[in-house]
Amino acid sequence: MVGVPLGAYLALAVFMFCTGAAGVIIRRNPIVIFMCIELMLNAVNLTFLSFARYKFAMVDPSVQEGSRQALAAADRAIGGQMMVVFIMAVAAAEVAVGLGIIMAIYRLRDNIDVDELNLLKS
Amino acid sequence: MSITPNLLVFGALAGPAALAAIGVVASKNAVRSALCLVVNFFLLAFLYFTLQAEMLGITQIVVYAGAIMVLFLFVIMLLNLGSLQLFDEKKDIKQPIGIALGVSLAGMLAAVVVPNFMKVDDAKKVLPNYGSPQAVGSFLFTQYTVPFEGVAILLLVGVVGSILLAKRRIS
Repeated sequence: MVGVPLGAYLALAVFMFCTGAAGVIIRRNPIVIFMCIELMLNAVNLTFLSFARYKFAMVDPSVQEGSRQALAAADRAIGGQMMVVFIMAVAAAEVAVGLGIIMAIYRLRDNIDVDELNLLKS
Repeated sequence: MSITPNLLVFGALAGPAALAAIGVVASKNAVRSALCLVVNFFLLAFLYFTLQAEMLGITQIVVYAGAIMVLFLFVIMLLNLGSLQLFDEKKDIKQPIGIALGVSLAGMLAAVVVPNFMKVDDAKKVLPNYGSPQAVGSFLFTQYTVPFEGVAILLLVGVVGSILLAKRRIS
């Protein structure tokens, strides 16, 4: 938005990312840990979109409309949004598989506390 | 830097979003964490609208606040974590370490990144249909076809894998 510096968006993204990172370390409930990972992914999405908007979306008056330079500019501007689309898809797949694993572990152990899961420790 | 109306709008969206992010981590009940996360995702979608990424804002609401959060709440319901209070978070060394790491990481990142971009203001004139579904779709199906198909395969594998995990009893 005009009047809002890019730094404000980045500050929010940094805050969300670090909250998520701290949450992954602090919490012991794997579902909440997943939520914190989603928080971190969304912070990254916000960073991508704000940089795309502030750095690449402006119209260069010297470039003629419809020229090759204008097409290249549109290409650069859309890159951040494309990354966000792919991150969203990967996050959806990750959550589906992760929650499936949690369900499987719960059926096996009746307990999903991450501090007490040591199946791989022989 | 002066206080503009747009800055107030941004604050009204970003402040509650930050509070909701804290709520996800801080609340004891998993259901409450999930609801805080829904609030956070909704406010983020509105922030995407302010960045003129309309298509992605709507996708954020549909995919995250809709599909993914339903999945979370469904699993919480199936595991019955809401009522059991299984996780009385133990007061151990992890908690202060995690908080200290989060705060120091935020401090370092913010000190390096944020001041450099405090002067960067938004462009007055933006490319035509910058975040419209038309633009996103046409780029997705022309220049980004290969990653698009890769993501499609990934989602297919994810669906098959999660069905397999949910069906079979691991013994």
